[in-house]
Amino acid sequence: MSDTPAIELRDVIKRFGETPAVDRVSLQIGDGEFFSLLGPSGCGKTTTLRMIAGFEYPSSGEMLIHGRSMATIPPHRRPVNTVFQSYALFPHMSVEQNVAFGLQMQRLPKQEIAPRVSEALELVRLGHLAQRRPNQLSGGQQQRVALARALVNQPEVLLLDEPLGALDQKLRKEMQLELKSLQHRVGITFIFVTHDQEEALTMSDRIAVMNQGKVLQVGSPTEIYERPTCRFVADFIGETNFIDGEVVESDGGYSSIVTPDGLRLRGLAPRTLPAGSAATLSIRPEKLRLTTLEQAGPEQVAALPVSVELVSYIGSDTRITVRLNEQRTLDVWEQNRRSTLDRNAYWQPGEQALLFCPPDNALVLAE
Amino acid sequence: MSQTANRVTTPAIERGRLTWSGVSLSLHAVLIYLFLYLPILVLIIFSFTRDAFGVRWTGFTLDWYVRLFNDERLMGASVNTLLVASVSTLVSTILGTLMAMAMERYQFRGREGVEALIYLPVVVPEIVMAVALLAFSALVFDLINALTGQVLRRNLTTVTIAHIAFNMSFVVVVVRTSLRHFDRRLEEAAADLGADSWQTFWRVTFPLILPGIIGGALMAFTLSLDDFVISLFLSGPGTSLLPVEVYSRVRRAITPEINAISTLMLLLSITLVLLSQLLQRRR
Amino acid sequence: MRLYWPSEQGSAASSSCKRTKEECRLAFDLIERTRVQRDRRNLMALLLPGLLWLLLFFALPLLIILLYSFIVSGPRGNLIWQATVGNYTDLFTRAIYLNAYLRSIWISLLTTLICLLLGYPLALFIVRQPPHVRTLLLFLVLIPFWTNFLVRIYAWQIILANNGLINSSLRALGFAPIQLLNTEGATLIGLVYGDLPFMVLPLYAAIDRFDFTLMEAAADLGASRRQAFLRVMVPLTMPGIVAGSVLVFIPTLGQFVVSELLGGAKVDYLGNLIQRLFLRSNPPNWPLGSAMAIVMMLLLLAFILWYFRISREEDR
Repeated sequence: MSDTPAIELRDVIKRFGETPAVDRVSLQIGDGEFFSLLGPSGCGKTTTLRMIAGFEYPSSGEMLIHGRSMATIPPHRRPVNTVFQSYALFPHMSVEQNVAFGLQMQRLPKQEIAPRVSEALELVRLGHLAQRRPNQLSGGQQQRVALARALVNQPEVLLLDEPLGALDQKLRKEMQLELKSLQHRVGITFIFVTHDQEEALTMSDRIAVMNQGKVLQVGSPTEIYERPTCRFVADFIGETNFIDGEVVESDGGYSSIVTPDGLRLRGLAPRTLPAGSAATLSIRPEKLRLTTLEQAGPEQVAALPVSVELVSYIGSDTRITVRLNEQRTLDVWEQNRRSTLDRNAYWQPGEQALLFCPPDNALVLAE
Repeated sequence: MSQTANRVTTPAIERGRLTWSGVSLSLHAVLIYLFLYLPILVLIIFSFTRDAFGVRWTGFTLDWYVRLFNDERLMGASVNTLLVASVSTLVSTILGTLMAMAMERYQFRGREGVEALIYLPVVVPEIVMAVALLAFSALVFDLINALTGQVLRRNLTTVTIAHIAFNMSFVVVVVRTSLRHFDRRLEEAAADLGADSWQTFWRVTFPLILPGIIGGALMAFTLSLDDFVISLFLSGPGTSLLPVEVYSRVRRAITPEINAISTLMLLLSITLVLLSQLLQRRR
Repeated sequence: MRLYWPSEQGSAASSSCKRTKEECRLAFDLIERTRVQRDRRNLMALLLPGLLWLLLFFALPLLIILLYSFIVSGPRGNLIWQATVGNYTDLFTRAIYLNAYLRSIWISLLTTLICLLLGYPLALFIVRQPPHVRTLLLFLVLIPFWTNFLVRIYAWQIILANNGLINSSLRALGFAPIQLLNTEGATLIGLVYGDLPFMVLPLYAAIDRFDFTLMEAAADLGASRRQAFLRVMVPLTMPGIVAGSVLVFIPTLGQFVVSELLGGAKVDYLGNLIQRLFLRSNPPNWPLGSAMAIVMMLLLLAFILWYFRISREEDR
């Protein structure tokens, strides 16, 4: 593997009219990485991908593929290929002709094209449908043709623009695994655009979370989920409880906040926050612990007395809303580890309980 | 064509319940179709009658068709008409397709003006266009005469130029529709796979809008074949076109020979409309 | 299959990062400018040939008759280059021209109305058929639409002539023949016959988009069938009604073939007058004919603008 990143973006800005769609994005994507651009619609992730593909040119900033500047290179001369959101298969060509198209454009001899096309079709297990037209295929099959059509050109980087968006839930899960294993086999850098956080977490080596044209955080799925650096990322990925307050104390990587209703909570602080500044404590519902009053043992953490308000049983988990006081409720998820029909094994609305918020599970984020 | 979901009201007869409105609607439709097709049928039938006035049935004959093919004036006019239609179709299809691409793909200043100029020939009555072109050609010929001393006459070329001008608008309209339905991402996909803009056009865009272009060409060809008004004003002496020739004969009398040539023109039109429908079906 | 593509350019690391900001900006400007220039060149290549053709062989001729309509016609039909509005005052003061306008507008409106009354139920009937029948019925409307107008009008001569189909049938049944050809009634039949497809096709498109559950909703709210039709269906299919009316009105206003072949050219319509002034009368009077054509075009433009206003209101 070379030490030059496969893709590098330096301070890339793309404006449509006055508003920047992509705002000073800098990224380095390594060779062989499965990299996702994740964000809500309109966050600039697709525009970023289209600039890498060459369909849009940056308004300013630089873009390099393996160290080469792409400023003057049109899409058809770039060493990247794209799997389009709606696949964009040529409706007037057979599956085979679609896959051969890129190789024909490279003016490869016929005897070289044919074996590579069938290899690529075998790779996505579509060899038997080579003569079909795209409109005779199912959504999942079309998706695989689009993959084969891009991969057959042996691109340095494969760009995927929400390629699973049009598939139903079950097929989606299947294709996620298939894509991931395909990437392992071919070893090409994949850049994957999605708005589905679960999809990004499942598949990626690293994820860049984007919002309003900016990259907010880049990191591994675990980092993104466990150590979000800002409120947006914590909110967008998974679910969380936010508790707003004011920093009263910071020491050794931890901060404490006090809320207007008098709660004092402690959590990990990625950055040292000065006392007196506004901050938010974020804690994921599955990381809160709820016990009955009797079970309360000698704990390190102060227990908060709460009353159970809502209980939803969803099979794997039970989701509980607890009330701390007049103004505040929090969500707590408990895994149903034990199989039982005993009513008493589950929380009931109205029950009194104790809530524990372990500082190592909570994050204090600057506003 | 369209979804059947909102088609809640089915014909009364289908629901097994006869209503007055259902019956009268069907009856009305039958009568209208009779009204539309009776004259055409009559025309075809009376092209095979022995009656020399072509208005009564006195027995079957193919004489009129034989005579038709020996009628040099009519045959000459037919050849002229086909020639004008072919050339004007070819030129107007090329120019119209290019224009449609420009209108669909580019933003530029004065776009509304060009748009209006394209649609105007569709809505201006034929006779206005005909007299305008007549006046224009007379003026140009006078100028040429004054400058070079050459005497020019209106001929097939003047008719062809005029036909191109009004056919082009129809081609633009038809081709634009198919361009609008064309998914631009297919062009991006082609570029992504290494095709330059020339290859992208010929390998992807052109084959996919071809049905639209052929549809436009068929429309232009039909309009050109059918055109009588502009042909009347712009064809010179000795360069007769079929509709003009038919018109001048019809004004004198009905003859079975005219019935026969009309029948043939009808068959040609029906062939063309069938072709265009087939193309639309394939899309 | 080795799909992994090793990077040969890996070592040719980015010299570009040493560029100053200013250099980068200039480079961007240059790239952008060439891109814009190439776009403009492509646009010109696509647009210009057709545009020039339309300007030269459509717009310019229209301007010429506009010019002609303001000059004097000489005694031998020659053009005298002297400015005048006399042609226009003639049109609006002399009965022969004024009547031609009124007659043309009247018969065009009448034709449009009859086409609408005949076409709406037909379009409704077609929409309510199962899909394959609908395609066939539409196709049957399309055929006349594509068929030579002159030939279709001529066919009526055979039917209406004094020794034609109707009169010979009457005679065979022992009735006295009646004059059918060369009457204004014959002109009207010919016009309706010629233009009916232009009315049915847009009406079909509009009714096809109409959601028929709205009729049931109206009935549910207490509207009679007639009220539901007038208050719900007609307003919602108005764009089709107006489009069809424009398509029928335009060719009818300028026609002269039908009134000559079926009406026997007994009365003057606009088209007949213009044709005569340009081609037949001795001497010809091109300035007057041009003025007639210009006024006719203005009438139509007014009609079309009105149409666009209505259809835009419907969109809202």
